[in-house]
Parts: sequence; structure tokens; C-alpha cells
Amino acid sequence: MASRSFVSRLREGDEIARLATFLCAASVVLITVLLVFELWRQSALPRHKFGFSFFLTRVWDPIAEQFGALPFIYGTLVTAAVALIIAVPLGIGAAIFLAELAPLRLSDPLQFLIDLLAAVPSVIYGFLGFFVVVPLMREWIEPALKKSLGFLPLFQGPAYGVGFLTAGMVLAIMVIPYIISVSREVLLSVPRDQREAALALGATRWESTWKVVVPFARAGIMGSIFLALARALGETMAVTMVIGNTPTISASLFSSGYSIAAVIANEFTEATGDLYLQSLIELGLVLFLLTFILNGLARLMMLLTTRRGTGMGNA
Amino acid sequence: MTGRLRWRKLVSGFMLTMTGVCALIAVSVLFLILGYLVYNGGTSINWEFFTKLPAPVGETGGGMANAIAGSAKLLLLATLLGVPIGFFGGVYLAEFSGSQVAFTVRYAADLLNGAPSIVIGIFAFAVAVHPFGHFSTLAGSFALGLMMIPITLRNTEEFLRAVPRALREGSMALGAGKWSTIVRVVIPAAYRGILTAILLALARVAGETAPLLFTALGNRYWSPGWNQPTASLPVMIYTYALSPYEDWHRQAWAAGLVLLGLILAVNIVARVILSRGTAVPRS
Repeated sequence: MASRSFVSRLREGDEIARLATFLCAASVVLITVLLVFELWRQSALPRHKFGFSFFLTRVWDPIAEQFGALPFIYGTLVTAAVALIIAVPLGIGAAIFLAELAPLRLSDPLQFLIDLLAAVPSVIYGFLGFFVVVPLMREWIEPALKKSLGFLPLFQGPAYGVGFLTAGMVLAIMVIPYIISVSREVLLSVPRDQREAALALGATRWESTWKVVVPFARAGIMGSIFLALARALGETMAVTMVIGNTPTISASLFSSGYSIAAVIANEFTEATGDLYLQSLIELGLVLFLLTFILNGLARLMMLLTTRRGTGMGNA
Repeated sequence: MTGRLRWRKLVSGFMLTMTGVCALIAVSVLFLILGYLVYNGGTSINWEFFTKLPAPVGETGGGMANAIAGSAKLLLLATLLGVPIGFFGGVYLAEFSGSQVAFTVRYAADLLNGAPSIVIGIFAFAVAVHPFGHFSTLAGSFALGLMMIPITLRNTEEFLRAVPRALREGSMALGAGKWSTIVRVVIPAAYRGILTAILLALARVAGETAPLLFTALGNRYWSPGWNQPTASLPVMIYTYALSPYEDWHRQAWAAGLVLLGLILAVNIVARVILSRGTAVPRS
């Protein structure tokens, strides 16, 4: 009897532990739900007043209480696109080197340095962007682009240094580590026989890598790109410091612009009036939903690769 | 035929070299950042930087003592909020939960982890600033703590799962209950990994600026207690860097160097702790 009650009391202890840890785990779900709910609730005013036209209007006039998100959405998308155009080839190239060429002795320390790069705070990227990349763009890169590719509308107009192109450059530097880390992991998970089969058929090292290994890991690499895109869209400080902070829509990448995250960072504490504040919160909601979708896609892609990888391995 | 082969080999050699160049570019960015910060910040770091308050606008000199203390307070409170919830949540996922609950929690954690930090800032503003009507250290810590939860949770779970089943079964076979098995056997076996995870979470939020902009705000003086706006290193770097004063730029470089140095040091320490352990997965 005594021993039974002792055991049952122990079991109760287990139950208490289970309940306590469950509450912690459940609070994560609760916080996430609350986050979406608060963003939704606190953006009711502009949602009712502007409806869908919020996303299609170019005017952002706090004094007249007219709020349109189009310039910010445009800026966010353009800078992210520039970032990916630069970061994807560089990142995948580096990942191929780390996964396929470099011996583990070299690859692991290099990967560690890449991880450190991912740990650098975004305000530091913005700081260096402001003092190093902006002058560099203004004095050298933008004039050079204008001279060689100036016939394209993308590279016309005065070169201030700050603007879409500079923000994209800084973002590219920031997301490269994410692309490298995930792509390297995915490339390393490609079964060895894939490479050996290609080499045995007479492929060169590059052909085996580019035509066999990379296609095999395609979904995972796409995943790393979506992940980088999500990071680039949500990045705040670095963009705020180099994009110029004027709500413009311009075909020229030299033009200064604005992004969703940047306008929230700059105007949130100065927002007077509920409609102004809530319009900024609605922008936050848009940003959250965008990154939510992209992160979901990224995870799906990476899952696809690993599934397929293990499936092939078992066959 | 041989011409074509030579061409293919040439292409192969060229492309493989290019991948090496890509890797070199990526890694060199780190050294460029470090070098630039050391070059510009190294000369600006002095005793005053760590001990003095910011000088009034227009005067040179002064330091960032209040920002350093503010960052320390913010991180302390954020750790107290984020680590226990993340840690015990991770324990639940690894040791107790069924797959349905685990999926939901994991999904929510990844969602929270992937949310842009500025959005976390808005949320913290809505929950911890707006209702009280003032910015505070508490609100800033709340925002940073929220960001620590999913990182700690997912990593704790992963490292606990890596502990071999046999250890658990051995302990249970000796008559230990589930909870005492977890506390005395599983967690000690995974503690290096968990410690690493906590350090990395700390390093990650230490440099966050966006969530602090409208929660902790900033302050040019000391911030006594927990209920007033406080300065922090990242926000100081932001405002000083964009200011028109040469002397503030100098101090921003110094602050950048201190902040980055601390963050990289924590990352390296975490890596060393992990590599000394045995049965832990790569994170």
C-alpha cells in the first residue's frame, strides 16, 4: 500500500512536470496567436477606411491623413530583388566550394566564419553601409554603371549613393551567409553515389557538380533562397540607414526610396493620431504575412529535398 | 574529341575556381567588417567610453556607460523571460509531447523565429508600452525575451533528442521516474548543447536594434529601475551613426567595436563549449 502510494505520488510528480513544461510550450503558441491578433486588431482603422486601396495608393501624407503603402511595398520588393540577384550566385558558388571542393579541414572553419558573419548585428551592417558602401557607390560604382549601362532606365538619374541599389547591395552581403549555410548542408546531404556515377560516366568534376549534384539538391537550394528572401524583406536597420528614406517609386535603382520596415522604424514613435499609427501597424502585418509565407515555402522546399534524399538512399 | 575534352576540363577548372572566389569573397567580408571597426573604433575606445555618460550635444568627450548598463539590464531580463520558457518548452517537446502538439508548437516557434524583428517590436509596443503609456526597460526586455524563446526552445529540443534512448531506458530500469530521469540523466547529458543554444540566443538578441526603437526607446542619462526608457548599445550606434557630429561618429565606431567584439566572443565560446562535448549533434 505504502509503496503504491509512493509510486503514484511519483507519477503525480511526473504529471506536474508534464503540465508545467506543457504550459511553457503552449505559451509559445499563445504568443504567436496573440501577435497576429494584436497586429490585426490594432490595424482596424486603416483596414476599414482604405480597404484594399491601401496597397495601391502612392500617397503617404500624415497631415492629410492619406496613407498608401505602394512606395514602401515597391521599395521592399526592389531592394530584396537586387539583393537576391547579387547574393544567389555568390552564395551558391561559395556553398558548392564548401560542400564539393574544400576538404572538411578547410570547409568546417570556413563555415564557422560564415556563421560568425551571420551573427553580425544588422545595425553594424547599416553603419558600415552608411560610411563605406554609400561613398563607394556614389564615387565609383554608380558612375561606372551609368557609363556602361546608362541606356537602361535602371541606371539613370543622379547618383546620390543612397537608394535602392545600395540597400540591395548591403542586403545581399547580409543574406549571403544564410544561402551558404543552408545550401551547403543540402549539398552535403546528396548521396555520394550520385557524384560517383556521374564521374564514372566521364563527367568532369564541374559537370558532375552542376548537372547532377545541384539539380538533386535543387529544392533545398530554392529553400535557402526563400529563407534569404524572407530575411531581406524583414530587414530593418541596415536598409533604413542606406535607402534614403523618401517614398518614391522610380525605375532608376539610383533613386532613393523607402521600405516597409524602414518606414515603421522611422515614423512609429512620431506617429500622431490613431490612423497614422495603425497604418504603420498594418504595414507590419503585411510584412509579417509576407515573411510567414516565404518561411513556409522555404521549410517545404527543404523538407522535399531531405525526403527525396533519404528515399533515394534507401532504394 | 581531345579538343572538346580539353575544353570541358578548362570549363570545369574555371568554374571550380570561381566557386572558390565566391567563398573567398563571402569570408573576406567578415575580415573587412572587423578590420574597419578595429581601425576606426580602436582609437576611440578609452576609459571614458565605459564610465561616462554621453556628453551634452555640442560638447566632445563623454561615453556610453548608460548604454552599456542599459544593454546589460535588457539582456538580463530578456534571459530571465526567454530562457525558462524556451528551455522547458523544449523539454516538453522532446520528452512528453505527442506528435500533434509538437507539430503545432514547433510551427509556432518557427513562425515567431522567422518574424522580422521590427514586427516583434510592434507587438511589444502594443502589449507592453501602449497600455502603460510609457517606454520602459521592461518593454524592451519583453521584446528581446520573445525573440529568445523560439531559439532556445528549438535548440533545447534538438539537443535533448540527440541523447541516446538507452540512457533514458537505463535510468527508468533502475526505478527512476520520468521527471527524475530527465533532470538527472537526460539534461546533464545534453547540457553543453543547451548552454550553447542559450549563449547563441543571447548573442543574437544582443545586437537587435529594431525591437528596441519603440519599446526601450533611448535615454541620454542613467535609467534607474525598470520602468523608464533606457539607452542600449545598438540603438546608440544607430542614432550616433546617423548624427551630423564627428565626435558622435567616433563613439559609434567604438560602440560598434565593443558590441561586435562581445557578440563574436560569445559565438566563439559557444562553439568551444560545443566542440568539447561528445554526444551532441551539429547545430
